Amino acid sequence: MDNTYAASGRVVFATRGLTKVYRNGDMVIHALRGVDLELYAGELTVMLGASGSGKSTLLNILGGLDSATDGEVRYGDQDLVAGGDRLLTAYRREHVGFVFQFYNLISSLTARENVAIVTEISRNPMRPEDALELVGLRERLNHFPSQLSGGEQQRVAIARAIAKRPAVLLCDEPTGALDSRTGVQVLEAIAHVNRELHTTTAVITHNVVIADMADRVVRLSDGRVSDVRVNAHRKSPAELSW
Amino acid sequence: MRTIHRKLLRDLVELKGQVAAIAVVVAAGVMTLIIAVTTLDAISLTQDRFYRDYRFADVFVDLKRAPEGLAERLREIPGVDHVETRVSAPVRVEVPGYPDPIRGRLLSVPDGRQPDLNRLHLREGGLPESGRTDQVVISEPFSEAHDLRPGDTLTAIIRGRLETMTVSGVALSPEFVYQIGPADLLPDYERFGVLWMNRRALANAFGMDGAFNNAVLSLQAGADAAPVIDAVDALLARYGGTGAHDRDDQASHQFLTMELDQLRVTAVFLPTLFLGVAAFLLNVLMGRIVRTQRQQVAVLKAFGYSNGDMAVHYGLLTGLIVVIGLATGIALGAWAADALAAVYMEYFRFPAISFRLQPQVVLLAVAVATGAAALGTYRAVRGAVSLPPAEAMRPPAPETFRQGWLEGSRLGRLLDQPTRIIVRNLARHRMKSGLSVLGIGLSGALLLVGSYQFGAVDDMLDTQYRLMHTMDINLYFSEPTSAHAVAGLRHKPGVQHVEGFRNVPVRLVNGDRDYRTTILGMDAEPQLRRLIDTRGTPQRLPPEGLVLTDYLADYLGVRPGGTVQVEVMEGHRRTLEVALAATVSEPVGVSAYMERQALNRLMREGPAISGVWLLTDESQHGALYDALWDAPAIASIGLIGEAEAAIRDYIDDTVLVMMGVLLLLAGSITFAVAYNNARIAFAERSRELATLRVLGYTRGEVSWILLGEIAALTLLAIPLGWLLGTGFALALSEAMSTELFRVPFVITTQTYAFAAAGVLVATALSVLLILRRLRRLDMVSALKTVE
Repeated sequence: MDNTYAASGRVVFATRGLTKVYRNGDMVIHALRGVDLELYAGELTVMLGASGSGKSTLLNILGGLDSATDGEVRYGDQDLVAGGDRLLTAYRREHVGFVFQFYNLISSLTARENVAIVTEISRNPMRPEDALELVGLRERLNHFPSQLSGGEQQRVAIARAIAKRPAVLLCDEPTGALDSRTGVQVLEAIAHVNRELHTTTAVITHNVVIADMADRVVRLSDGRVSDVRVNAHRKSPAELSW
Repeated sequence: MRTIHRKLLRDLVELKGQVAAIAVVVAAGVMTLIIAVTTLDAISLTQDRFYRDYRFADVFVDLKRAPEGLAERLREIPGVDHVETRVSAPVRVEVPGYPDPIRGRLLSVPDGRQPDLNRLHLREGGLPESGRTDQVVISEPFSEAHDLRPGDTLTAIIRGRLETMTVSGVALSPEFVYQIGPADLLPDYERFGVLWMNRRALANAFGMDGAFNNAVLSLQAGADAAPVIDAVDALLARYGGTGAHDRDDQASHQFLTMELDQLRVTAVFLPTLFLGVAAFLLNVLMGRIVRTQRQQVAVLKAFGYSNGDMAVHYGLLTGLIVVIGLATGIALGAWAADALAAVYMEYFRFPAISFRLQPQVVLLAVAVATGAAALGTYRAVRGAVSLPPAEAMRPPAPETFRQGWLEGSRLGRLLDQPTRIIVRNLARHRMKSGLSVLGIGLSGALLLVGSYQFGAVDDMLDTQYRLMHTMDINLYFSEPTSAHAVAGLRHKPGVQHVEGFRNVPVRLVNGDRDYRTTILGMDAEPQLRRLIDTRGTPQRLPPEGLVLTDYLADYLGVRPGGTVQVEVMEGHRRTLEVALAATVSEPVGVSAYMERQALNRLMREGPAISGVWLLTDESQHGALYDALWDAPAIASIGLIGEAEAAIRDYIDDTVLVMMGVLLLLAGSITFAVAYNNARIAFAERSRELATLRVLGYTRGEVSWILLGEIAALTLLAIPLGWLLGTGFALALSEAMSTELFRVPFVITTQTYAFAAAGVLVATALSVLLILRRLRRLDMVSALKTVE
């Protein structure tokens, strides 16, 4: 597991024996069955896995959106499992940026306002305009979500996620709802943020092509980490297509 | 402005239909409170001011005749402040161009000046000039009814002599705030008027020089009326005093008090009902709005908004809606209360209405509305934030459904898939379905409460005028007359049937309860004035003993078989023990009855009558009036048809106006609830419906899932509404029964049909609005957005 980030040694996330069981109607689902994993400062990790492999659950727990059934999750020296709602809220507010598969923009707010709603509660945010410029949407500031294409909406979502200058950026199938060309634009935005702001970034996807843009690829199956691979050469998103 | 606040405003605009509907619910509840309390307050405040400023007397007494010197003795009674002696006389009046008989009451005022007590508020003109014998001040409602102004003339028949009088002024008096003639239930401004004349002129005409036959007294602050009344009675017994009484038995004050009591009941009952229902609906509706925003709550939480931030956000949303509702309710309530008070002022004649909006009422409305909204929002926000954001953001997990009995049954196999969806949704969400049914049911119940009185009042008046009072005309003689007079009247033009009656003013006493009324002595089986039981069957008067209306018997706490003390207030005043033989059920008035000859025996008199009832041919009324005019012994002529019209007008103007307002509010609430219900059902189902469209279902089939559910809820709600409404109406009937009216608890089929139709129309309108949205349902976007 030799790579520059691992060598730099600063672990952002560390999980030990992470387990998650939940009920979906009458079914009991073991989403995670003991995940041990580290994510390092500044690296871009792609987590690959089929549907039901537990990757979204893992991302949600890392982001403080969901709680673990068992095991340990540390963010720096904070224990996210032991932390209550107050700590998780503060953690999400200060440290984490999210990008969702279905964007989850607030339809009654414009692009700028969708970003501003986050910057207004952050300590050291960038201006919403600057965040939108980073994702190439300088011209669409005052458009409502319904007036934007899917790719544009997702880039607004990225701008919203990064505008607070989070330490980590967590993206859940960010291209899942997009076509290949638009998906590449979104990935470029993510890569750009990772490169320029040194934000520790985790992208989960079932699309193996996307793995090529990562520093490190974590493969999940059936609730466990089945493989971790380091990319010797990180491809630019523009080189990708599917 | 912070972005989250901008979201708030945009949400308000986006949800405008629902916001308006909820605001209507709040406004309706608040409006009821403001109307009821403010109207009550306006009338009692106005009454207090008028009584104080125009020195309304505390004790009243009529007598045959006493020398003026006795006034000094009255003044010496401990506790008495002022004494005003007067001459009072019944009079028959003719106004040029008006055909019907008019009864009048002539009262003296000191020559050329205002009396010390019961002063006149002059609207126009002035008091009769000192020394003039041909000038009168007339009461304002009478002047309006006949368009009489100062300078106009009218004719009065004083002791059989026709006198032409000139109107010197038009006035109001605290003694006649509610201006009704003797033995009337309601004002008839055309056929009864009050006239004030110089004392000397009036005394001359009635042979009362240096004497008086009426006195009013005011009490010193803190003095008790009872000992003063006893002292006055003792002093005046020799002079034919008919018993002094305090304000409680003064006709105008009594009616006013009764009306205020009724308003007071209304002011508690209706706002409690409306605000209660509104609070419940507000709670449910706000809860649902917040729940539909579950996803947005999750996103905001994912970005670090705390539970507290969310609570504040939705608290503000609720707050703004409540403020819109409150402002509307308070403004409309104040406006309607002002209008309603003006209607009451038509019946209660005050110089000016003192109208104010009491801050504590407004505060109460604010507290109730805010509390209910806060509760609903709190529960929903707590529900929305208690889920971890990840869970809230996931498309909701398929809910647990089970096969119910319906699916296995033969009927169940006939159901198509969409219908199964409806059945299972309703069964799965029993709590939510139950609340919807309860909400719609409650609004239906309000519709019923708002409308049942229209039918019930009709029923009451029909009983009164079709079953009981079947005469056309009643005549009162100036004094008790021999029963032979009946024979003489049979031959007057157009008279078909005549029945004599004896009417004796009494005070009925049982223990510490007493009531002033009259005993009506009639034939054992009168044809023109029937007594009925609760089922409406005519009753025969027992040969001995007293018959009371059940309301009065209850009030006195006496049952058939028991006895009542009867204080006779006419002629020789005596107190007798009389057995209560039976009770009768009557919706209007509080009377006592006896067989006429038994009453004559009780009075130790021959076969005397106080008046007669006539059944006549209406086409000959002109000739009949002319014939009756010439009979000097006739003190008054009352027309029953006119009385019925007057009573119906009065009820239309007051009770039914109030009910009409309530009905309007109930209708708005019904629509608001039905619309919100439909709107939320649509929001909750749109994803599912879009999926079905993608799978190839037609728009009609998809609509059925939504509409079928709404229809099922509505159909369940209607019988519940009937049930609740019947309960509310029963409680209201009980609470509103007064001495004047006991609106029977009758709910007609039409009322039930009306309440059901109201709910159905409101639902149909809401469904039409929702169908427009359903047509615009965008399959793809509905599937993608999880909001």
